[in-house]
Amino acid sequence: MNKPLEHRHAAHCETGVMSAMLRYHGLAVSEPMAFGLASGLTYAYIPMVKINGMPLIAYRTPPRMIIRALSRRIGGLKMTFQKFRKPGQGEAALDRLLDEGRIVGLQTSVFFLPYFPEDMRFHFNAHNLLVYGREGDAFQVSDPVFSHLVTVDRQSLSKARFAKGALAPKGLLYYPAEVPAEIDFKTVLPKAIRFTAKINGNRSPVPIAGSKGIHRVARNIRKLVEAEERYAHLYLGHIVRMQEEIGTGGGGFRFMYAAFLQEAAELLASDQLAEAADEMSSIGDEWRLFALMCARKSKARYDDTFDSIADQLDKIALREGALFAQLSALESK
Amino acid sequence: MKIKDIPQDKAGSLGGETKVIYAESDSGRIESSETNGWEVEEIVLGQALDEIKRLTVDAYQRARQGKTSALEFHMYHQRMDLPMLAQAMGRFQWMVKRDFSPQRFARLSVDKLDGYAEVLGIDRDTLKQLPETYE
Repeated sequence: MNKPLEHRHAAHCETGVMSAMLRYHGLAVSEPMAFGLASGLTYAYIPMVKINGMPLIAYRTPPRMIIRALSRRIGGLKMTFQKFRKPGQGEAALDRLLDEGRIVGLQTSVFFLPYFPEDMRFHFNAHNLLVYGREGDAFQVSDPVFSHLVTVDRQSLSKARFAKGALAPKGLLYYPAEVPAEIDFKTVLPKAIRFTAKINGNRSPVPIAGSKGIHRVARNIRKLVEAEERYAHLYLGHIVRMQEEIGTGGGGFRFMYAAFLQEAAELLASDQLAEAADEMSSIGDEWRLFALMCARKSKARYDDTFDSIADQLDKIALREGALFAQLSALESK
Repeated sequence: MKIKDIPQDKAGSLGGETKVIYAESDSGRIESSETNGWEVEEIVLGQALDEIKRLTVDAYQRARQGKTSALEFHMYHQRMDLPMLAQAMGRFQWMVKRDFSPQRFARLSVDKLDGYAEVLGIDRDTLKQLPETYE
């Protein structure tokens, strides 16, 4: 029998899995801490990649980056990753690891997981969950975005692990090979925060990321005046859905980062970080207001215009730009 | 956002599940809290589902009239679109689109059909047919 796993409901799958995995192995890392240490917060407008014919807008780093960044940042943490050509091999490897008493992280599609509510089942291939045991062909799963534990039958789990298409998981499984006893927060926290500030700030190396990316989307929204109404509403809805539905979205990720900054402020006894946490939380509120305005626009219930929505977005971009400019100068203690 | 301001709009799409959101407690600490849904998310999710529905109904009617194959209907019905299906099949979009021709679709090999059935998550017999009704 495996050591009991403490299931904790999380806001986002990847950070939730990593936090649970590290806690299981004795390293107290909360979900926001995992998110912050991995520099997971971002904004990226990627028009070349289309989802249902709409441009990809990301509010966090690409799937798997959080796991990889964490194993780079936390000294002494070594993760093992395995992908498989054939579903049979992937199933056998998972069975073996579970029988050895390990807990194993998996990348899966959402569409094939039977415990997801019908309306949430989209073909999104970069979901993460944790398997902590099995009884025959029933796999015991701790899916961090659910408040409770679930079980999944072998066939569904295999389908979900070997779903095809964009970001195909190819059966990816991962588990820590080595976990350090503690984290050197004093060095690693400022590093992680400065990194996030640099990729998102006004001097971001690419024009589609960070505050520049936000301004760019604002410009596109202003242009919607000339677009067909159905398209314009779908476009706004799409931005909000990328923000709130998939993973935990713009507002949600900003709040999670604020929680991280607060934790970091305590660990480093830094007033600057405590203030940054408040500002980030308030920026999260602005993101939610932006989402609300977009949804209202599509229902035509209020007199929001494309310009007022874009203004709100520009405002967010300015505030994030200013906050990240401060944080990029954060000194190591 | 304060914990007491978290929307609890009982979203139908969550099927009774809850989601975590980080929010401020009275003491100013940002902690993990739960929400059973937010109307804003429900509206935009509804929009996306309606759009898929519109495409599915449209494909169903055209398939009934013999203007497209059951494949196009099942593609939308399983919440995919042409770029997604093509990518999942590892083929070009025009190759998948070709199979929207009813004549061509009727002659597809068992292997091809199984390929489509697999990525769509349905079985071969379902894929070949249209349901009796669909609205």
